[in-house]
Amino acid sequence: MSEPEKKEVSDKEKETAKQDEKEKDTAQGGKKTPVSGKAKPGSGKRSGTPSKGNKGAAEKGRSTPKGNAKSKTKEDVKAPTPDPTGETEEEEEGLPEGCVPLFMSAKSQEIFSCVCDTDVTEENPIKVIMKADIMEDFRNRAAVCDFHPVKQEVQDFPSDEIVIVYDPDFKFGQNFYIAVTEDAKEKILNPFGPEGEGGEGGEKEEEVVYKYIPPESKDWVSHGSEKEIKEENVVENRRRIKISARRIRKEFGAPCNFQDRNVADAKDAYVECTAYEDRTFELKKVELDKSIQAVPELTEQGTNTDWRYPRNANTQYYPREFSDKEKETVEKSNDLQTFTKDMVPRFELALQQNEIMDVFFIDWLHLGDADGSFGNKADNHLKEYQSFTDLQFSKDRTITAIQWHPTIKGVVAVAVAEKLSFDERIDNCAKVIMTPSLILIWSFTDPIHPQLLLEAPDDIYSFQFSPSDPNIICGGCYNGQVVLWDISAHADRLKQQRGSNRNKKSNVLLPPSPDKRLTFRNEGLLQPGFEDPNALKTPVVRYCAVSSIENSHRAAITDIQWVPDHMELNRMGVPQENKSLQACQIMSCATDYCVLVWDTRPVKGPGQLITAKETDKGPKNPIGVPNTFKHLDLSWKPILKVALHKSEPGGDHSPTKFTIQERQGDRGTLGKATDGTDLSKEAAMGGGYYTKPGSGKDKRTLQSVKTHFYVGTEDGEIVYVDWMPQKDQDTGKIQTPKPDFYHAIHDGPVNTLQRSPFFKDVVLCIGGWTFTLWKETVNSGPILQSAASTVKLSAGHWSPSRPGVFYIAKVDGSVDVWDLLDKTHEPCMTQNVSPVPITSLYPFPVSQKQHLMAVGDNAGTLHILEIPWSLRQPTANEYTGISNYFEREVKRRAFVVSRWDFREIEKRELEQEHKRKMGIAPNVQLTEEEIEYRQKQEYAAYLDEENTFLRELGLKDDDEPLPET
Amino acid sequence: MATDVEETLKRIQAHKGVIGIIVVNAEGIPIRTSLDNSTTVQYANLLTNLTMKARSVVRDIDPQNDLTFLRVRSKKHEILVAPEKDYLLITIQNPSET
Repeated sequence: MSEPEKKEVSDKEKETAKQDEKEKDTAQGGKKTPVSGKAKPGSGKRSGTPSKGNKGAAEKGRSTPKGNAKSKTKEDVKAPTPDPTGETEEEEEGLPEGCVPLFMSAKSQEIFSCVCDTDVTEENPIKVIMKADIMEDFRNRAAVCDFHPVKQEVQDFPSDEIVIVYDPDFKFGQNFYIAVTEDAKEKILNPFGPEGEGGEGGEKEEEVVYKYIPPESKDWVSHGSEKEIKEENVVENRRRIKISARRIRKEFGAPCNFQDRNVADAKDAYVECTAYEDRTFELKKVELDKSIQAVPELTEQGTNTDWRYPRNANTQYYPREFSDKEKETVEKSNDLQTFTKDMVPRFELALQQNEIMDVFFIDWLHLGDADGSFGNKADNHLKEYQSFTDLQFSKDRTITAIQWHPTIKGVVAVAVAEKLSFDERIDNCAKVIMTPSLILIWSFTDPIHPQLLLEAPDDIYSFQFSPSDPNIICGGCYNGQVVLWDISAHADRLKQQRGSNRNKKSNVLLPPSPDKRLTFRNEGLLQPGFEDPNALKTPVVRYCAVSSIENSHRAAITDIQWVPDHMELNRMGVPQENKSLQACQIMSCATDYCVLVWDTRPVKGPGQLITAKETDKGPKNPIGVPNTFKHLDLSWKPILKVALHKSEPGGDHSPTKFTIQERQGDRGTLGKATDGTDLSKEAAMGGGYYTKPGSGKDKRTLQSVKTHFYVGTEDGEIVYVDWMPQKDQDTGKIQTPKPDFYHAIHDGPVNTLQRSPFFKDVVLCIGGWTFTLWKETVNSGPILQSAASTVKLSAGHWSPSRPGVFYIAKVDGSVDVWDLLDKTHEPCMTQNVSPVPITSLYPFPVSQKQHLMAVGDNAGTLHILEIPWSLRQPTANEYTGISNYFEREVKRRAFVVSRWDFREIEKRELEQEHKRKMGIAPNVQLTEEEIEYRQKQEYAAYLDEENTFLRELGLKDDDEPLPET
Repeated sequence: MATDVEETLKRIQAHKGVIGIIVVNAEGIPIRTSLDNSTTVQYANLLTNLTMKARSVVRDIDPQNDLTFLRVRSKKHEILVAPEKDYLLITIQNPSET
C-alpha cells in the first residue's frame, strides 16, 4: 500500500470516527471511564491477555474518547510495516496497554543510542534497549536516570530486551514510551500478531465504516459469461471452399505474346460481368452489442467579487448655451444667412401643406360620436347589482329616503317607515310605538345584515350625512323632530371588508330599558330559544340629540338638508361665511307651513362650550351615546323660521321639498364676501360643533349667496321665496316676505326638488303625474313641463355625470330615464325594477367606472342597479348642448311672456271694442257729428274690405258699380 | 444682415399654427429661439440626435443621398426639421389649428 493511498484512507477514517465519537459521546458517555482506566499501566496488565473477546471489548471501549481518531492515524503512520492483508485496524488507541510514557533527555538518548530523528524517526520509532544497559544506567546516574520512574517495572521485566517507542508528537505526554510488559513489547514489535484477525469482526461493526480493502485475487467462478465469450468467438461451422487452378507444365514461365484480337474471333473472348443484386445488401443489423459507462464529472469552482461600499452619488449638468455675444456673431455669419434662405422655401411648402389640409385627419374616428348614446341596445339597461332587505327591520315597510355614504364606497343608508296613513297610524298606535324606527346602513360586503342601525324616536322621512363629517347624520322624524346621530364609534365597522368581525360583540350597544327599544331588543335575548343571532350582531346606534318637541315642526319632516359648510345663516337669515368649514346648520321643512334652520352649535356663551368639550372626553353615558350633541338634546330650537304665507290673504303653503342655490363644496361665493367690521378668529377655533354662532358683526357676509329658494308644496305648487325676513309694512313685524311668485303646476304633492349638478340655477321638480324644469331667473313658469304620465311619479334624481339626463321613479315599479338631448316628450328608456311602487332613488358615482343607482321600494327592499356606460358617459359637448337647450327654452319662455302681454293688450282692446259695440259708452262723451263721422268711416272701411274680397273671388270687376244697399 | 435672418424667421412664424422656431448649430446648441429656455434646450437636444440618426439612415442607404427635411407628425404637433451642414432649423406647428 502506497503512502498517499494510506493517507486518504486514514482521512476518511478520521471523519467517520469523528462522527462516531459525537454519537457515542452523547449516547454512551459512561464508556469513557474504561478508557481512562485502560491508559493506566495497571489496567493494561489485566486486559493484557491476547484473547479475542477481550480484545474486541477493549476496542469497543477505546473507540469512544476524543482524539482517538487522531492517534489512530498517527499510529498508522508510525508502524508502516508491510501489511499483506491490508488490515489497518490493528492500531493503538491511546497509550497501548502495558506502556508508560517516558521522557528521555538528550543525554539519555545518546547513552542508549536512540537520538531523536537520528536513531529513531517517525517512520521507525522503535528502539530495543538491553535491560542490562538500563540497570547500569540506574547505577550510574541513579535518580537522574530517565528510566527512574519505571525502575520497578524495568527490574521486573522478564526478558532482556526492553522496547521503547519514539513519540515525536508528545501524544502521550513524553517523547518516548516504554513497554513495561511482555505483551506490550510483543505488540509493538509485532503489531499484527496472533490477534490480527481476532478483532476484525467486532471492529468492523463498531467503527470502521469506510475502509479500503485492496482487492485480492480469487479463483474464477463461472456466472455464465464464458458462454457469451464463446459465442463471440468466430468458429468454422462449414467446410472451407477449395479452389484449384491448373496449368500445363510447359506454359509455366513462358513469355507472353500480347496482340490485338477481335472479340468475335474467339468464343470466349468476351466475359460479361453483369450487375446483380447483392442479397446481403438489405440485411439489417438487428442486434448490436455496445456498452457504455457513465462517470459523473465533478468540478468545483468558486468566484469572488469585491464588495464596494454603496454610496449616493449625483451629478448635475446644464446644457451648453451660447452667450448673447456668441449668438450675435453666429447670427451675423454668412453661413446662417444662406442657410435660412435655403430653408425657408422648404418650410413654407410644408407649412402650407399643413394649412391647406390635415392629411392625417381620420374621418372615421370623428364620424360616429353622437351615435354612441342609444345606438347599441346591448349595454344601455340598468343592471341589477345587488339588493338588500332585512327580514326583521325593513320587510313590509316603505323606504322613505336613501343616502349614499359620502366617503366610504359601497355603503348606503336607507330610512324605513311604516306603510300607514296618518289615521291608520293612530289606529295602530300601540304597534307603531312598539316597533323601532330605524335607519339601516347597508354595506355591499354583507347583503343580509345591515352594518348599522340608527334608532330614531319616530319614523324618519328624510335624512342626510353631514358633508363635512360623514359620521354625523341628521334626520327628520314623522313627528316633526330633528334628530342627530354620531356614528364615529362605528366608522371602522363600515370601512371593514367582508365579514371581518361580524361576531365582535364589543361594538354592540344595547339600549337600556326606559322605552320600547328594550322590549324588542331584550325579548330576543331573554327568551331561550328565541334569540335572534343577528340582533346581537348589528349594533344599534341611538340618536344623540333630538330637538325639543314644542319648538319642532308640527308635521312630518319631509326634507332635511345640511347648509353647505362654507356658509351659515344668522338669526336674520343673512348668509355669512363659516370659517371653520364645518357644516353646522340644518334646514328642514315640513307641511306645517314653514322651513326651519337649526344650528348644531351650543346656543349660549363660551362657558358651555368648554363644558361641552370636557364631557366629550369623559366617559360616555351609560347608553353608549356619544356626547357630541348633548347640549342640544331636547332643548334644541331652530334659529330661523321661514313661514310660507301665500301672496294673497288666506292660507299658507305647506312645503314638502326645498332647494337652495348654494351647494356643498362650491366656494365661489367666499371670494365675493364683504368684510365685516371685525375679523375675529372666533369662528375658526374650536371645531365645528362647539363654536357658538357669532353675533354677526365679526363675520363676513356672503353677498353673492342667493337667499331666494325654491319650495315645493303638498298642493303641487312651486314657491320662490326669500328666506331673509323683512319688516312687514302693515304690521311692523319682522317676518318672511311674501313669495316672489308661485305656480300651482303639479297635480300632486311635490316629491322631488333638485338642482342639476351641472347648472345650479336649473331645478328639477317632480310632483303628481308631471315633472317640470325651472330656471332660477325665469319667473314666469317652468322652462319645460312634461305631459302627464299615466302613472304617478314618486321620485327623481339628476344623473351625477350627464348634464342632460335624469331618472324618474314611478309607482308602477319602473324607472324612467330621460335624456333631454335625445327627446323631451318621452323618456328615452323605461325599465321595470320592482313589482311594488318605488319610493326613492339615488344614483351615485361609486367610482370612475361604476355608477350605481340605489332604488328603494314600498316593500322595504333596496335595489342597487348598475348604470350602463351609455348613461354615465357624457356625450361629446353634452354640457354645451344642454346649456344651449336651456337657453333656447328661456328664450321661448320670454317669447311666451311677450305673447302673454300681447294677448293681454289684445284682449283689453277686444273688450273695449266689445263694450263700445254694446253701447256701453266709454267715459268720454262724443258729439253727434263725431259719431256720424266714425260711422261713415267704418262704413267706408267695410266697403273697401268687401270690394277687395269680391275682387279676390273674381265676382266683381273694378268698373262695375256697387249695388246700392 | 442679421435682420435678414430675423425677417425670414418672422415669415415662417407668421404661418398659421406655428408654435415656435428654433435655430440650432451642428453641436445642438440653440442659437435663436422663439420658445422658452427649457423647451428650447429639450427640443434642440432631442431633435439634433434624431436628425443625425435620420441623416445617417439616408446616407447609409445611398451615400450620394442626403437628408433635406424631416417632418415628425405627432398627435398634438408636427415638428419640421431642416438639417444643413452647420445648422438645423426646427419649427413646431399645430396642424389642427390651421
